[in-house]
Amino acid sequence: MDNNKNWIDQRFPLTKVWNEHLAEYYTPRNFNFWYFFGSLAILVLVMQIVTGIFLTMHYKPDEAFAFASVEYIMRDVNWGWLMRYLHSTGASAFFVVIYLHMYRGLLYGSYKSPRELIWILGMILYIALMAEAFMGYVLPWGQMSYWGAQVIISLFGSVPVIGPDLLIWILGDYAVGDPALNRFFALHVIALPLILVVLVFLHIVALHTVGSNNPDGIEIKKNKDKNGIPKDGIPFHPYYSVKDIVGVVVFLMLFSAVVFFAPAMNGYFLESANFIEANQLKTPEHIAPLWYLTPFYSVLRAIPPMFGSQFPGVVGMFAALLILIALPWLDRSKVKSIRYRSWPYKVALGVLVLSFVMLGWLGMQPVTPLYAILARIFTISYFGFFVLMPWFTAIGKTKPVPERLTE
Amino acid sequence: MQKTLKKILIAGIFAGISVNILAANTVNLTAANTNIFDKKSLQNGAYLFMNNCSGCHSISFMRYNRLGKDLGIADSEVRENLMFNASKIGSQIISSMPQEGAVRWFGATPPDLSLSARSRGTDWIYTYLHSFYSDPKALFGVNNKLIENVSMPDVLWHLKQSKSPQDFDKDVRDITNFLDYVSEPAKLIRINLGYKVLGFLLILLILAYLLKKEYWKDVKYGKWRAKK
Repeated sequence: MDNNKNWIDQRFPLTKVWNEHLAEYYTPRNFNFWYFFGSLAILVLVMQIVTGIFLTMHYKPDEAFAFASVEYIMRDVNWGWLMRYLHSTGASAFFVVIYLHMYRGLLYGSYKSPRELIWILGMILYIALMAEAFMGYVLPWGQMSYWGAQVIISLFGSVPVIGPDLLIWILGDYAVGDPALNRFFALHVIALPLILVVLVFLHIVALHTVGSNNPDGIEIKKNKDKNGIPKDGIPFHPYYSVKDIVGVVVFLMLFSAVVFFAPAMNGYFLESANFIEANQLKTPEHIAPLWYLTPFYSVLRAIPPMFGSQFPGVVGMFAALLILIALPWLDRSKVKSIRYRSWPYKVALGVLVLSFVMLGWLGMQPVTPLYAILARIFTISYFGFFVLMPWFTAIGKTKPVPERLTE
Repeated sequence: MQKTLKKILIAGIFAGISVNILAANTVNLTAANTNIFDKKSLQNGAYLFMNNCSGCHSISFMRYNRLGKDLGIADSEVRENLMFNASKIGSQIISSMPQEGAVRWFGATPPDLSLSARSRGTDWIYTYLHSFYSDPKALFGVNNKLIENVSMPDVLWHLKQSKSPQDFDKDVRDITNFLDYVSEPAKLIRINLGYKVLGFLLILLILAYLLKKEYWKDVKYGKWRAKK
C-alpha cells in the first residue's frame, strides 16, 4: 500500500491534496446545525448528475416525443420512476439546502472579509442553479413547462431596442417550440452542469484558502499553537466527515419521505398542470413558476409597467438577485456573528426573511388587488434591507467578541 | 397622508375579499377516498372502465399486459374480458373512436385519461362522475356541474338506474381508483418501498451517530492534539 502511495505521490500530489483539504484542513470545532448544508449541497449536486445521466438515456428532446418519453420513463423503464422522482425532488431539495446554506452566511456574517470571494462565487452558483432548474423544468414539456418558459423568456423581449431580436435569438423561433426545447436540453445537460461543477470547485478552493467561518464569527487562525495549528481547530477528516455522514442520513430520510410518499409534494414540486402535454393554443388559468423562483417572480409582478414597458419589472427582478452580491460591502458592522450583533441587524434580518418568504408565497398566488399591494410592500422591505444595510449595521451596540471560541 | 393610506389599505382588503368570494363560486369537490392497494376495487374499476369508457377514451400510456400484471389478472383473462380492439397483449390501450368522427359526433375529441388523476385529481374525477344532471337543452339530455355544456353523455346512466345508490357509488369510486392507478402505476410499489428505505436509513442513522460520538470523544477543549 505504501509503495503504491509513493508511486502515485511521485507523479501526482495525492497525499498532499488529501492532507491539505481533509486530514490536515483545520476547521473550527464549534460547527452547529447550520453547517451541514454545504456538504449536503454537494451530495444533491452529485445525485442530480447521476440521476440525470440515467434520465438522459431515455428522454427525447423533441416537441413531439418529450412528454411521452417522460411517461415512458415513469412506466416502461425499469426503476425509471425512481430516477425521475429522485431528480425532480432533488431539484427542490437543492434549493431548500442552498437557501439554508445562504441563510447561514447571513446569520454568522460568513460573507464578510476575508470571505467576500466565496460569497460572490456562491451567488454566481445560485444564479446558475436557477437557470439550470428553470431549463430542466421545461424538458417534460407539460403545460406549465411550456407556459412558464413562454412567460419567463418573453421578459427578454421587453429589453429596449434589441428586445424583439434578442427574443428570437434565444428561442430560435418566434415562440417557445422545438428549437427552444432542444437548446434548453443542451444547456441543462451539458453547459450549466459544467459551469456548476467548476464554480463549486472554485467555491471550495476559495474557502480552503481562508478557512471556514464559525457560529462565533472568530478567526481561529489568530490563535495558533507552536506547530502552527489553530488552537480551536480540528481536522476536517475524520471529525467533520463522520459528523456530516449523520447529516447526510437525516437529510436522506426527509428526502426519501418525499420521493416515496409525496413526490408531487401537493403541487409544490410537480405542478398538476404539468401532467397535461404542452398545448400552444390553450393557456392555463394560472401560470406560476416552481416555489424556488417565486420570490423573484413576485418582484417582477409587483413593479408596474412604466412608459408602456414591462422592462422596469424585469430590471427589478434581476436587481433583487444581483444585489445579494454586494452584501460584503454593504455590511459595515465590526462583528460577524448574529451572537454579537446589535439589535437593529437582528430586526432587519427578520424583516428580510419575512419579505422573502412572503414574496415567495405571493408569487404562487393569482394576483388580487390585496396581494398586489402586499407584493409591493414586501418588495420595498426586501430592497430596504440592502439599501439601509450600511446604516443599520453601523448603529446599535454590539456585544464584545471573545478571543477564543465559546463552546 | 395616513388617511389616504388607510383608505387604500381598506379598499385593498375589501377588493381582496370580494375577489375571493367570486373565485369560490365553484362546485366543492367530494373526497374520493380511494385505496390504491384494494386489488378488488382496481379490478372492478378496470372492468368498468374498459366496458364503459374505453370506447371513447384512450389510456395510451398504459399497456394491457402491464395492467394485467399489476392487478393480478392473467393474460388470457385480460384478452377475454378487457381487450376489445387490440390483438397484442403488449399493446397500448387506445380507443377505437376515430378522431374525425369524435369531433363530428360530440363536438370534441374525448381526452386521453392516462394522467387525468394527476392533472385533475381523484376527487375531481369522483365528483365529476357523480355530477351529471338531466338538462333537456343539452345535446345528450344531460349536463354536468363541473363542466358546463359537457360533450360527454352520462355513460354510467344504466348503472345508476339498475343499482342501489351505495353500489353505484362503489362503482364510481372503483373507476376513480383505477384511473388513479393508471396515472401512476409505480404508486403500487413506491409506498411500500418507501417504508423499507426509511427503515434502512434509520439503522444507518443509529450507526452513523454512534460513529460520530466515538470520534468526537477526543474533541474536548484543548484535548485534541495533531499527530506528528
